[in-house]
Amino acid sequence: MVSGKRIFSDFKVFSRGYLRNKFGLFFGLIFPVILILIFGAIFSGNSSGTINVYTQNQDTGPFAAPQMDVASQFLNALNSSTTIKVITVDVSENFSKYLADHSSSDGIIIPENFSANYLAGHPVNLTVYGNPASSSSGIVSGTVNGYANYFNLNYFQRKYNDTTPAIIGITSATVNTQQTKYIDFLIPGLIGFSILVSPMFSLVNISSEYKKTKLFKQLSLTPLTKMEWLASKVLWYIVLTIASFLLMVGVGIFAFGAHVALTVWLIPFLVLGPMLFASLGMLVGTVTKNPETAGVIGNIVTFPMMFLAGTFFPISIMPTYLQSIAHVLPLFYIVEGLNNVMVYANYMGAIIDLAVVAVITAVIFVLAVRLFKWRED
Amino acid sequence: MIPIEVSSLKKCYGDLKAVDGISFTVNKGEVFGLLGPNGAGKTTTIEILEGLREKDGGDIKVLGLDPWKNGYELHKKFGVIPQEFTFFEKTTPREAIIYYADLFNVKVDPDEILKEVLLEDSAKVNFDNLSGGQKQKTGLALSLVNTPELLFLDEPTTGLDPNARRAIWDVIRGLKAKGKTIILTTHYLDEAQQLCDRVAIMNHGHIVAMGTSDEIIAQHGSGERLEIHGTEQLAHYIKANTELQVEYDRHRSVISIPLKQKIDALAALAAAEQSKMDWGEIQTRRDSLDDVFVKLVSGRVDEHGEITIENDESKSRQT
Repeated sequence: MVSGKRIFSDFKVFSRGYLRNKFGLFFGLIFPVILILIFGAIFSGNSSGTINVYTQNQDTGPFAAPQMDVASQFLNALNSSTTIKVITVDVSENFSKYLADHSSSDGIIIPENFSANYLAGHPVNLTVYGNPASSSSGIVSGTVNGYANYFNLNYFQRKYNDTTPAIIGITSATVNTQQTKYIDFLIPGLIGFSILVSPMFSLVNISSEYKKTKLFKQLSLTPLTKMEWLASKVLWYIVLTIASFLLMVGVGIFAFGAHVALTVWLIPFLVLGPMLFASLGMLVGTVTKNPETAGVIGNIVTFPMMFLAGTFFPISIMPTYLQSIAHVLPLFYIVEGLNNVMVYANYMGAIIDLAVVAVITAVIFVLAVRLFKWRED
Repeated sequence: MIPIEVSSLKKCYGDLKAVDGISFTVNKGEVFGLLGPNGAGKTTTIEILEGLREKDGGDIKVLGLDPWKNGYELHKKFGVIPQEFTFFEKTTPREAIIYYADLFNVKVDPDEILKEVLLEDSAKVNFDNLSGGQKQKTGLALSLVNTPELLFLDEPTTGLDPNARRAIWDVIRGLKAKGKTIILTTHYLDEAQQLCDRVAIMNHGHIVAMGTSDEIIAQHGSGERLEIHGTEQLAHYIKANTELQVEYDRHRSVISIPLKQKIDALAALAAAEQSKMDWGEIQTRRDSLDDVFVKLVSGRVDEHGEITIENDESKSRQT
């Protein structure tokens, strides 16, 4: 009943039309690459990676000897790190107001008698200001923590063995590639984004327009079946997805030195993903009355997925209720699966994601074919 | 086999009876026209015949089969241009023909079909850059790919300029000459008169007249009448002084006298002469299909297929 020849001839006509339309080509191939370039440049630029941190040193002494001024030593140590640049704030300033005035959320306050307490072995607390939503704050608190630990160890070392040199030193090193960088995470996310956006918007648009202009009626008068029609669209978006996948990975690797694993495990995601969203787009176009409504419903379905499914930022940074929303979005499992394969080499996790995606895809595809009407009654 | 048989066909959309019990047959090799204003039920009828809509009542057979149940088989046997034919924007007519040939699994020479619909010059232009007439011709070309004996043309020239319409007519005449059976809908009278062997005039879901143009005129037209250019007083005078039925058209200043026999004209002219009043041009004429159509659908039909009710003054004939 299903004819490969008809699917192929419809595929030929559709893909040729698509390639002749610069608009579709832009959104299918160029746009995701632009996104990679922009986000990659914003978040993983490794050139001037130091973060300015305002610091108020309230520990003004007096010190018996310069080596007794531990506060200054601590700040110097921070300053020598590659991640933080200490900017001194005068003791007379109201610190939180000063931060606000300088549009900064990152700051450190060293309390009075910091050095004396440290040397005496009394607990003493640093205050680190930061914004939980900002990635720089994480880096600042991480760095400060690291140096605090170093100083703590140093204290014990001084106390119990006054003469030996420090047993633990800090060698400053750049973050090396074994660790996950933002770009590594961004690539699977944006691949997920393009798996969603291109087939989804395109099919919402095509199916509602074809209904309006009666092109479906026209096609129903040929031997082409609606199943074959949808199959050829799915086929095209798989081809397009793989092309944009290769482009994005290429740009990620060559422009940003991304470190992602390319294995056969990616193939089922790159096949099922476009199939899922082409069918979903078809479904939206089918159940809505006109292209305008279809567009609105399409956006309502697409936009939460675009941002909440872990495409641009990991869902782990989101509040719990948003995380639970993410778990009902089909795209989440595709992005998570891609991350599991490309970044974490977690194949067990990927299999689970794949199973979820396969079930959703099958349901949506069958629904789309069933509800989609060639002719009227 | 009779290509199309329709009896008591009914179709409702909610309370609206779009098609209300119509019957007709279309014979082999005939060009049959469904003529009527918008909303008359033409497209509903033709779409039911094409298997695109399900009927609510009555019997229809297209090439001996029920088009709703056997649509998939039937579609291989007939050709269709739907109303306001559109196609994939970035596809050329030539590519479209090859695409259809693949779908129908037939071997055709695309250039021959393009020639048949007079579209060779635009064979390689994307559909969205074609003119209205060229788009319609592409539709015609596609309806011919499976070499059908029966063609459905739903308003094939609506919205086209006169030259483009005439070009489409040439194509349709060519198809007729090849012996194809054609059923077309239109709201253009001249189109029906130019192309159709027989016409069914539809209004509000009913067929109000059917037959050849001459048959329809003979059945519903007023017959021969004498028209005299003159004043209303003259009309009164003639009416008062003869046995004749006299109507006056104030709009055209024409006295109109139906002629039961030729000699009636003599009586009317004698009375006019006797009146000593001035009168101008005289002529005899019959109702055209146009006149009959206006009577049957109670109004003229404009370019877009809408009925325009003429004002009472111009229509009043009775003195």
